[in-house]
Amino acid sequence: MPPIRDIAVVAFAQTDHRRTSDEVSEVEMLIPVLHDVLDRTGLKTSDIGFTCSGSTDYLAGRAFSFTMALDGVGAWPPISESHVEMDGAWALYEAWTKLLTGEVDTALVYAYGKSSPGSVRDVLTRQLDPYYVAPLWPDSVALAALQAQALIDAGETDEPVLASVAARSRASAAANSHAQLRGSVAQGDYLVRPLRTGDCPPVGDGAAAVILAAGERARELCERPAWIRGIDHRIEAHGLGVRDLTDSPSTRLAAERAGAFERPVDTAELHAPFTSQEVVLRTALRLDESVTVNPSGGALAANPVMAAGLIRIGEAAARIHRGASDRALAHATSGPCLQQNLVAVLEGDAR
Amino acid sequence: MPEVLKAPLIVEFPFTRSLGPVQSAFLTGLRERVVLGVKTTDGRTLVPPVEYDPVTADEIRDLVEVAPTGTVTTWAWNHEPRRGQPLDTPFAWVLVKLDGADTALLHALDAPGPDAVRTGMRIRIRWAAERSGAITDIACFEPYEGVAELTGHSGRFEDMVTGIVAPARLDYVYSPGRAQSGYINALSDQRTVGERCPSCRKVYVPPRGACPTCGVATSEQVEVGPRGTVTTYCIVNIKAKNLDIEVPYVYAHIALDGADLALHGRIGGIPYDEVRMGLRVEPVWTEGGRHPDHYRPTGEPDADYETYKELL
Repeated sequence: MPPIRDIAVVAFAQTDHRRTSDEVSEVEMLIPVLHDVLDRTGLKTSDIGFTCSGSTDYLAGRAFSFTMALDGVGAWPPISESHVEMDGAWALYEAWTKLLTGEVDTALVYAYGKSSPGSVRDVLTRQLDPYYVAPLWPDSVALAALQAQALIDAGETDEPVLASVAARSRASAAANSHAQLRGSVAQGDYLVRPLRTGDCPPVGDGAAAVILAAGERARELCERPAWIRGIDHRIEAHGLGVRDLTDSPSTRLAAERAGAFERPVDTAELHAPFTSQEVVLRTALRLDESVTVNPSGGALAANPVMAAGLIRIGEAAARIHRGASDRALAHATSGPCLQQNLVAVLEGDAR
Repeated sequence: MPEVLKAPLIVEFPFTRSLGPVQSAFLTGLRERVVLGVKTTDGRTLVPPVEYDPVTADEIRDLVEVAPTGTVTTWAWNHEPRRGQPLDTPFAWVLVKLDGADTALLHALDAPGPDAVRTGMRIRIRWAAERSGAITDIACFEPYEGVAELTGHSGRFEDMVTGIVAPARLDYVYSPGRAQSGYINALSDQRTVGERCPSCRKVYVPPRGACPTCGVATSEQVEVGPRGTVTTYCIVNIKAKNLDIEVPYVYAHIALDGADLALHGRIGGIPYDEVRMGLRVEPVWTEGGRHPDHYRPTGEPDADYETYKELL
């Protein structure tokens, strides 16, 4: 079934992403971003039809931590609101479906993560299979390293290629004032071999928000809306040892269902926290050298957990807003070794 | 800006998980040094076994023994082991396809260094000395060239393991942020402060840095109380574990003078059945207390309902 109405990203805002932000609570970190994204459209919180957020209690170390952040959106008088314990890209997917129903014309989507209070490598082990895997505490870098070695063994990449992905990402990020790692960054020592510190994302705190609008409302709010032509998300088998870690069939299928292969894209914002994952995604998404990949620097330049995927959609949309792209692909991931993948295709009106 | 507070926060929980028939057999097998997989309807053997085929979603129950020896399908050298991991000396994470299996198991390989590890190398299980029916009954893997014999076990055991306890622990350094740090710092001087919304002028206490009605940041600090009014209350009759308060006691919402939001506290110094809406109260601090121990009647006349009805 084709979408019954056109829906677009009309505004995007994000924090500067930093290693620590302990002087502010989650809501204190979030409020400037919410105001920024609203200011870009002239909307007030009371104008928003639906609000959806993404975050996780495991970063905060507290149950129902998202309820505190709700203070930042003006939740009283009562608003229509939802939350996903997932990257904000999935909150955007929920908001998109809500807009498709025709019940509302605008949606605010936000996501945030403060990794600084805990050790994110250990925190992420708690999302693994609790019977066979989590009791071994394999951290997120270790699991990514297994995938990287599988790619090297398969001849899909090698350490110099991975280093070039790292260097290109941080060089691109030099133009992104929000990024945490910018310009020339040393490839460093092995963190878990074959991954060096340069192959891994920075650990940091940050937040992002986007506004979605449907049809004519989108044109009123944004000079050049980034129309969501398709969006889909898919998941791999749970067991790491069941999967072929050198490939990402779920990304390929999500891209196909989102219409990514119907016409070439000029830009791709990929949520690849590890250099080796960009290698997998480029193949799965059939991206060739003509496509500008991660002009923002991607997750290797700033990886606020739970917001980094939403930021990919926001960065792709912002490029369309300012006329730097006509058709962009945005990808978000969640879970170990590209477990879950979301692909969105965004387009600007013809010029 | 005054210094923002920080404190260690440890979140620990012993998750108790029940096992289905397949996981139960697999983990009981490990306790008995037998490795079991499960056959899919198209003839593959999954190790570790699951109850549903990840490809077809068929329910699968057909257990089959595989060898404790196998081949590394990928690996990663972990020179700095972290808390909870299988070995506390440098080791390789491995995905290992056991002989007879079609899928790989994640575990640790004890090897002298990264140069001693490669994809395709042959390894075998090193069993833990004490086994309870958990994935950690495999202490780790070790290099081994041969192929181990099967025990011929049927997969049926006396005294099956039906559950595991998986302890989880995460360590944080919690910081409450600017607004709540201000609140907690003031409490140490036995003062209560809120923050006023620049838009609706309401004073929130405890302050969280935002006005939930207007969705704007709050920053103007306002001292409230110390006296206040009971807006509503309940009588608690069940004694909480580790709580040294006799029941019944009264737990109340208290609107401190000057605050536009009621906070909660215990009411003391008055029989529980004489507490009422509108009762005027003041905080009672104990020596070294970080917050009021309880609130007691001030002896003033009760507040008029009209003065606090908006704060219920």
